[in-house]
Amino acid sequence: METITDQNWLLSVGTFLPLVGVLVMMVIPRAEEQLHKLVTIVASGATLAVGIYTATQFDFDRANAMQFYVNEEWIEVIRSNYALGLDGISMPLYLLSMVITFLVAIYTWDNMPEAGNPKAFGILMLVLQVGLAGTFVAQDLVLFFVFFEVVLLPMYFMIGVWGGAQRQYASLKFFLYTMFGSALMLVSILALFFQTGGESFGFLHFLDVAGTLDRDVQVWIFAGFFVGFAVKVPMFPFHTWLPDAHTEAPTQGSVILAAIMLKLGTYGFVRIAIPFLPNGAREWAPVIGILAVIGIIYGALGCLAQTDMKRLIAFSSVAHMGFTMLGISTLTEFGINAAIFGMVAHGLITGMLFFVAGSVKHRYHTLEISRLGGLLVSMPRLGWILGFCAMASLGLPGLAGFWGEFPAILSAYQPGFGLSEELYRVLMVIAAVGTVFAAGYLLWLYQRTAFGEPKAEFAQPVHSVSAAVNQEHDDDDHHVELHDVNRIEWIAWTPILVAIVALGIYPKLLFDITDPAVSDLVARLGEHLQP
Amino acid sequence: MTGLITSLIAQSGEWQAPTIDWHAIAPELVLIVGINLVLFIDLWIDESRKWAMATLTGIVLLAAFVPTVTLAVTGDDVRSMFDERYVIDNYALVLKALFLLVGYVVVLMSQTQLEEGGYYQGEFYVLMLASVLGMVMMTSSRDLVSMFVALELLSVPAYMLAAWRKRDGRSNEAGVKYYLLGVFASGVMLYGMSLIFGTTGSTKLVDIARSLGEGDLIAIQVLGVTFVIIGFAFKISAVPFHTWAPDTYEGAPTPVTAFLSVASKAAGFVAISSLVFIAFPAADEVYQPLLWVLSALTMTIGNLIALRQTNMVRMLAYSSVSQGGFILMPLAVAGSGDAAEPALKAVVVYLLIYAFTNLGAFAVVIAAARKTPSGSISSFGGLFVYAPGLTVLMTIFLASLAGVPPLGGWFAKFGAFRAVLEADTNAGYALAVVGAVNTVIATAYYMKVMRVMWMADVPDGDITPVVTPAPVQAALAITAAGTLALGVLPSLVVRFGDIADLSGALGR
Repeated sequence: METITDQNWLLSVGTFLPLVGVLVMMVIPRAEEQLHKLVTIVASGATLAVGIYTATQFDFDRANAMQFYVNEEWIEVIRSNYALGLDGISMPLYLLSMVITFLVAIYTWDNMPEAGNPKAFGILMLVLQVGLAGTFVAQDLVLFFVFFEVVLLPMYFMIGVWGGAQRQYASLKFFLYTMFGSALMLVSILALFFQTGGESFGFLHFLDVAGTLDRDVQVWIFAGFFVGFAVKVPMFPFHTWLPDAHTEAPTQGSVILAAIMLKLGTYGFVRIAIPFLPNGAREWAPVIGILAVIGIIYGALGCLAQTDMKRLIAFSSVAHMGFTMLGISTLTEFGINAAIFGMVAHGLITGMLFFVAGSVKHRYHTLEISRLGGLLVSMPRLGWILGFCAMASLGLPGLAGFWGEFPAILSAYQPGFGLSEELYRVLMVIAAVGTVFAAGYLLWLYQRTAFGEPKAEFAQPVHSVSAAVNQEHDDDDHHVELHDVNRIEWIAWTPILVAIVALGIYPKLLFDITDPAVSDLVARLGEHLQP
Repeated sequence: MTGLITSLIAQSGEWQAPTIDWHAIAPELVLIVGINLVLFIDLWIDESRKWAMATLTGIVLLAAFVPTVTLAVTGDDVRSMFDERYVIDNYALVLKALFLLVGYVVVLMSQTQLEEGGYYQGEFYVLMLASVLGMVMMTSSRDLVSMFVALELLSVPAYMLAAWRKRDGRSNEAGVKYYLLGVFASGVMLYGMSLIFGTTGSTKLVDIARSLGEGDLIAIQVLGVTFVIIGFAFKISAVPFHTWAPDTYEGAPTPVTAFLSVASKAAGFVAISSLVFIAFPAADEVYQPLLWVLSALTMTIGNLIALRQTNMVRMLAYSSVSQGGFILMPLAVAGSGDAAEPALKAVVVYLLIYAFTNLGAFAVVIAAARKTPSGSISSFGGLFVYAPGLTVLMTIFLASLAGVPPLGGWFAKFGAFRAVLEADTNAGYALAVVGAVNTVIATAYYMKVMRVMWMADVPDGDITPVVTPAPVQAALAITAAGTLALGVLPSLVVRFGDIADLSGALGR
């Protein structure tokens, strides 16, 4: 793979800039709550600015090359380097992480979760961002693993301290699942290192020697990576942490989890497991495909059974990530492009759905679907946004969700590298049925929450007065006053809504970035595959 | 008998003073002078000025640090004295620096507690300095006799330190248990040493290696090697010789516990490494299985018991037992394949990182002690509410002990696993599996503490902020900085512990 080393300080700055915010916040006393929120916003905003500047400097004509490539000695004794790089596969996710963290920081201005303490919350969020961005640009397995793990503790505390009633159980479950996955992944990382001669942990090195490994060895090493990444995605049957974690997490945690953290798993497959272990990937692809489709159907059925809005959205993630994994498992250019598009689209749409759920919870103090109703009457704007996101999520053409789902299903028609066409066509049909389910549960959710008249307990005249006045009463359970989308929410949400439409109407925007890198990846796969 | 004496007298005529490299033993000399200074000044100083003793001790330790650094920067040549039985090589220097630093941090940690408790401050510091001197000597000892002397010098003051709170029954129990088992271990070790001396004709490690390597080991030599290692296994509280550790750790004053669990344990590992790499390379068929079993048992049993602890210090005690198992892991394969080099490095790096991390954890316990008099884990509930700084620091230390990147512990564990995998033997792979399972078990009890601190309610509802005394703050700053820096930039320490640094290792 070719590398471009111009302006190679950019990625380091973009990744570690949030830490400056952390340092600043550490010296500010805890009582300065608004100031802490402001620093969080400024730090994540500055990070995003660096990210956008990086995007402007990115050479889109050579999106298949590793750009801004840094490769400095880090721990020479184990031949691990500090290597960062950005190509068309990393770029969208790297930017996505920055955008989402920034918007979440803005959202927090008005919507601090109950436990309070914006200082700690903001610090955790910024540390989390470092781990997320770092994972997407790391070009060395040890460095990747370090970033991958950095994410773990902040999220654990975010769920455990600021979460709902069952937060301790949910956070522990999340931690143990992920820890278990990482342990197996670490074994695979070491095995890969020693089996390829113990020369380097660099991604580029592994790409060069990919395929020289014995087929059986590849299959075993892939197994470790598979579990490590599948837990994160999450794929059926490793998904059970997700509904609990999502439901109990504070809104901010849910959004970051859904929008970015789940992508660490799928990204790992695309960046590491498949290209480094071509034969392992081919042997495992049918398993991944089958589990992905089980996930689609299982997630959809799970959604239909939920009575809690947030839990329903959480289950829908299992289904959506199923489409992404199905696309990846075809090992085709088409499928993997669709998968990356699906990651971004799911990040925006489901992130947005969790925002809406958070705002509903903030106003109604419940997410019981049976108690909600008449959103369109009591809060028309919020109701419309929910409807818009539901449409996007079910894959309505013209919105971003469509371009993640539809090509992924299509790609299963003709899987690559001699994978069984019969199997994949069956999978394709089942996945297509899954989209119908998706329409079912999302529309049903929308119908129950948004249509009709508001339930008696929440019935009241519609407020059109300024939201700020009502907000002071929000903590009072006995006297719920509903107000529509307020200014902060508009600021935080508009970019996401615009992006969903923009990517839906003009998907080339994203496909153009990812395609060169993906086609290189698939071509290399073909070269390295042993018969 | 008379013949022996006459021959000794006859020899004495030819006796010459050994040449002494004053620069090379400067750290030890500074400590010796310092011990006497502290002892005498303490006798004459006014009771109200006793606090100065801590400062003085700190200065002595830092002063001893100076020649250690100058020795390190002036050339790579190995300095040896006394017929090459006392060697100052890079291996010795880095560990000397470690012990001096640990001593300094422990002084910072003990200062406030001693002042408040009104416990014999001067004597405390004298004994601590003596113990540090023993450790510093251990790093250079290349002879069974000097090793034994160093061991006793570091142990005997530690027995007394453990019993420092003399009106507290548990502290007395701590001291007595530690003393009895320690002396027993010394006995076993001495017996082993005498067997080795008897069969090889020398107490010098390199000569022992040469003699053991000449042919197959005879039964008595096997016994000797085993006994010597078991003797040190007591010191590093390896299962099944760990039984003193939890009671001693719980009963002793917390700073002493920190000192024992880090410095004293590290000294034991230094001795074992010197023996394994210099004296016993030919006995790998004896020490490898022995250390393998010790390592696997230590990790597993230490962890399983730690899981069930409700007392914070006891939990940390068992955790440090199990960490000892991880440090033993690379030594258990030191004689196989290419593992010798990564094994020594893994041990040295592990000791360095572990020192920062574990001392830090104890420093937090000391800082929070006024709010958590019972010492139970549940009394740390809600620490995050009234002492967020301490909570974050404790989280960092515990996560480092658990091996979560990017904190120091991950690299220590990584090195240990790398060494056993590089051995490429079945025993090595099996040990790696045992270690991996134990890593996950250990995470469970570290997580338990984190959960209590961050998520539980304050047991007594009192949320007045905790005031951390300045010296403890300094200790926390040093340990936290070390834990973080070594995790992000492990290359700061990986240059240490090269097999080439240990002169005479593997007969080289």
